[in-house]
Amino acid sequence: MNDDAGDEEVTTSEATPARRFEYAPAPESRSVVTIRPSYGLFIGGEFVDPTDGSAFKTVNPASEEVLAEVSAAGPGDVARAVAAAGRAQRDVWGPMPGKERAKYLFRIARIVQERARELAVLETLDNGKPIRESRDVDVPLVAAHFFYYAGWADKLGYAGFGPDPRPLGVAGQIVPWNFPLLMAAWKLAPALAAGNTCVLKPAETTPLSALLLAEILQQAELPPGVVNILTGAGDTGAALVAHPGVAKVAFTGSTEVGKAIQRSLAGSGKHLTLELGGKAANVVFEDAPLSQAIEGIVNGIFFNQGHVCCAGSRLLVQESVAARVVEGLKRRLETLRLGDPLDKNTDLGAINSPQQLEKIRELADSGANEGAERWSPPCPLPDRGYWFPPTVFTGVAPAHRIAREEIFGPVLSVLTFRTPEEAVAKANNTTYGLSAGVWTEKGSRILWMAQRLRAGVVWANTFNRFDPTSPFGGYRESGFGREGGRHGLEAYLDV
Amino acid sequence: MKVLAADVSSSVVGEAQARAGGGRSATARTLVPGRVGELAASEASLRRFLFGLPGVDQVGAEARTAALATRSIKAGAKLWAIDTAIAMVDLTTLEGADTPGKVRALCAKARRPDPNDDAVPPVAAVCVYPDLVGTAKDELAGSDVAVASVATAFPSGRASLAVKLADVREAIEAGADEVDMVIDRGAFLAGDYGVVLDEVQAVREACGPVHLKVILETGELVTYDNVRRASWIAMLGGADFVKTSTGKVSPAATLPGALVMLEAVRDFADAGGARVGVKVAGGIRTTKDAIRYLVLVNETVGEAWLEPALFRFGASSLLNDLLMQRTKQRTGAYAGADDFSLE
Repeated sequence: MNDDAGDEEVTTSEATPARRFEYAPAPESRSVVTIRPSYGLFIGGEFVDPTDGSAFKTVNPASEEVLAEVSAAGPGDVARAVAAAGRAQRDVWGPMPGKERAKYLFRIARIVQERARELAVLETLDNGKPIRESRDVDVPLVAAHFFYYAGWADKLGYAGFGPDPRPLGVAGQIVPWNFPLLMAAWKLAPALAAGNTCVLKPAETTPLSALLLAEILQQAELPPGVVNILTGAGDTGAALVAHPGVAKVAFTGSTEVGKAIQRSLAGSGKHLTLELGGKAANVVFEDAPLSQAIEGIVNGIFFNQGHVCCAGSRLLVQESVAARVVEGLKRRLETLRLGDPLDKNTDLGAINSPQQLEKIRELADSGANEGAERWSPPCPLPDRGYWFPPTVFTGVAPAHRIAREEIFGPVLSVLTFRTPEEAVAKANNTTYGLSAGVWTEKGSRILWMAQRLRAGVVWANTFNRFDPTSPFGGYRESGFGREGGRHGLEAYLDV
Repeated sequence: MKVLAADVSSSVVGEAQARAGGGRSATARTLVPGRVGELAASEASLRRFLFGLPGVDQVGAEARTAALATRSIKAGAKLWAIDTAIAMVDLTTLEGADTPGKVRALCAKARRPDPNDDAVPPVAAVCVYPDLVGTAKDELAGSDVAVASVATAFPSGRASLAVKLADVREAIEAGADEVDMVIDRGAFLAGDYGVVLDEVQAVREACGPVHLKVILETGELVTYDNVRRASWIAMLGGADFVKTSTGKVSPAATLPGALVMLEAVRDFADAGGARVGVKVAGGIRTTKDAIRYLVLVNETVGEAWLEPALFRFGASSLLNDLLMQRTKQRTGAYAGADDFSLE
């Protein structure tokens, strides 16, 4: 497979004739959610106007329609929020018995379930991800995380961190745009269970679901100041990280920003966890359950338009089955449905922002220019909004940029290997270390691979599976610290 | 050979079919000359082939069908699916208490499912026990509805080959257009794959041009790996259709089981074999269920299989639900259960 490089043309399979079984549009109703024209900052349990901040607009990436105007918190607003969180931690949330904190978390989880449709529609509108995913993955996992950590709140002494582990104080939490609500839940739930209070900054392009979560926190009567939500861009995040009242910083996002945060915190004594980029290898052996492996490859790289830090963006397939797997993959991708994210039958939604689209285009072009063979199924793109077709590169060499750099889009690089040792060597030949996948029916090989793959998460015969009981996180340039499970508590306890 | 086909070369499929298809004329297969009798010549080679097929991961297969089951089929697509499903129904009665009168009623319904609406297509076939084939045949004379008969000591298949073949001959002599045989699950589960293949081949020969459906009884095979292997044995033996179940064992048809069978027929066709159909039978009672199967077909083997010649529903109560949903789609009002005749 590595010798057919050089063809720079984009090859697509022949256009398909008109289909008889053409699914009619099945859009989820957007009237289930009310979007306000403008939003303030959520500080001390209520929405307030920024004092030294400004405002920006958030758009629907599938239509470029402006959804709402959102406040950008300035340094003064950050100080107010951290102060509110500090008071709440000292006077209310910290001293509160764990079983009482648990009641609030259980209540939040239940309200998330009750308002699941609203949250899913809003997430899809603001982010561009298919409603099928926000409805079936994001929102159920959000509720599951609150339920799970609610259960820990009164059992911290049994978590393995000593008989009476103490919270850290105020946690400054910065979450990305790819899973806006889910990442907020991953951050908030363990922090709150452990007795910390939070100042959360959602991403600039996807602030709305966190603001709806703020309404849910009000509905749950969470004491004022326990969670504060500051919308804004990078400078808001920088102000939050730098504030002396913050005892703990948790960041999920790009490796570049993660490094900057780590540099800025050096010597400050603040606790830090980072969940950064990845370039995961999805390793398919010749004895794999091939049909399911192909599903796993699709789920690994095209789930959430590939906007997944743990995406299986490098397919390593054993040479003896490579042609068969690639052919099956292409056939499968021809059934992938790209379009209106609110349509219940959409598999691939919009790219979140024009900046991200540009980055994906640039890297994909580099793949073609460096000699890999580019392929996309016939896939008309909507006229408005930000879109990128599912793309597969074959004949990718380990030295190509598309084999080394995180694309964070629906672009798969296919490489081949011959022996398990070669698979391990190629899989580990990356600066990242977040996730990996192994496909084989041989149990001993799964364990052999898992011991050798340098990745925080290794999936066997599945990919992109998340569960609140299972720790998630990476090492090397993918960051440090774990979210989820008992391990996830450690990041918010003074241990 | 197209890729993703199982570990089999077209020549091998050709040989097995050449061995299997002697005397067949109606659905002649591509016979590809190749290595000498390698695949089906011995128990060992057949076994080696079946165990060389890629495994099926249960969790993955079930996750895939669960995801496809969330497809939302509305409006025109739903109407198309309902009419397509009606034309794919093998309207079935397989009870000890069956009477000629019941079969006649079933046949009337099969020819014209909704007497109030000419646009409703007839079903594909009526499926009965061999002794009622004659009754059904008389009743359906002049229509396009086929008569299918179960045979080979249905549903358990626990009889000698001679008895099974006599059963088949009787059904065919009575006029059956299609024969639904059962495989010997005992032999299959004991690993005697050659016995299963030989029996399918023998029935294939006895059927001649008559359409042969091979019932795997997936509920007794239990694992998806077994379902895939049994599908291949049936296809190598010359089946026109592979069929999930008798309807007498629970679980009967399931979406993941059907997925595995659909992949098998796709791989078989890719390897140079004929297009083999899939019949899902047992437990499919609602329009929603039926549409899920059509979506599964559409997104795994593709539209080519979305016709009665290659996909069927073995069902009875399903038809009335399809008619009710059809009325609802057309008129906007739900019909009552008694607005349609009993099967």
